[in-house]
Amino acid sequence: MAMALILVVGLIIKFRSQIVPLPLQNLVETFVENGYQFIESILDDRLTPKVFPIAISLFIFIALGNLGGLLPGVGSIMIDTLSHGGQKELPLFRALTADLNLTFALAIIAIAVNQYFTIKLIGWKKYLHKYFNFSSPINFFVGVLEIISELSKILSFSFRLFGNIFAGEVLLTVMYYLIPLGVPIPFLIMEIFVGLIQAFVFALLFVVFIKVATTEE
Amino acid sequence: MEPQVMSGLTMAIGGLGPAIAIGLIVSKAMEAIGRNPEAVSKIQTNMILGVAFAEAIAIYSLVVALILKFV
Repeated sequence: MAMALILVVGLIIKFRSQIVPLPLQNLVETFVENGYQFIESILDDRLTPKVFPIAISLFIFIALGNLGGLLPGVGSIMIDTLSHGGQKELPLFRALTADLNLTFALAIIAIAVNQYFTIKLIGWKKYLHKYFNFSSPINFFVGVLEIISELSKILSFSFRLFGNIFAGEVLLTVMYYLIPLGVPIPFLIMEIFVGLIQAFVFALLFVVFIKVATTEE
Repeated sequence: MEPQVMSGLTMAIGGLGPAIAIGLIVSKAMEAIGRNPEAVSKIQTNMILGVAFAEAIAIYSLVVALILKFV
């Protein structure tokens, strides 16, 4: 559902841009320009044009995926399907990012892009030197720790996003079950907030890790 | 002990450290903002970064609690 929304908005922007801006184009331009300035304040000039599209796409995708779980009908409309050897009643739609598969895939993509930018910017030899340093036993151990740190980044990216959104879903389900009238409203507001913050944190950490990895001297 | 009690205990103990950590991070950030109100947006960005790291630990313990409860 999030993909359909992004595609529709993207296509509208691309085909109906005019010189004197319409309100929707103005909004999107403001958003894109602020995001670009923000990322430019973290990275330097050289790297920002390449990193910015990925970072902003990650942000929009994850934000829409997180917020999609709060729409009416998501998580509540059930259908009967076969699952794990038996007829079960499962939700028809669920939040996009409440699935560990998706967050894990996003984390792997993010770290892979990180490695790509590192190699592209500081070259093969320095990149391998970072991880496999044979000059002294301590440096070798530090290299092994760097590899483990990259793997742990994948885990932390995926689990942070998944845990926040899934826990929010569980919390909302429990709230709906206990007192469906009025009380879930503050929790819904909190979930909107958390969804946006988590998307922002994912993109921000992605950019910061690229900066840290490419200024390795 | 039963999984229900252990999952609750996991989350309770696991949320203690990150709660204190986030409190310390934000309090230092507030001090820094008070000392230098011009640099608010920079300090805020780095504070959100630090809070995300600290909160990730709490989320790990939440995942373990959920695993204990549902598996």
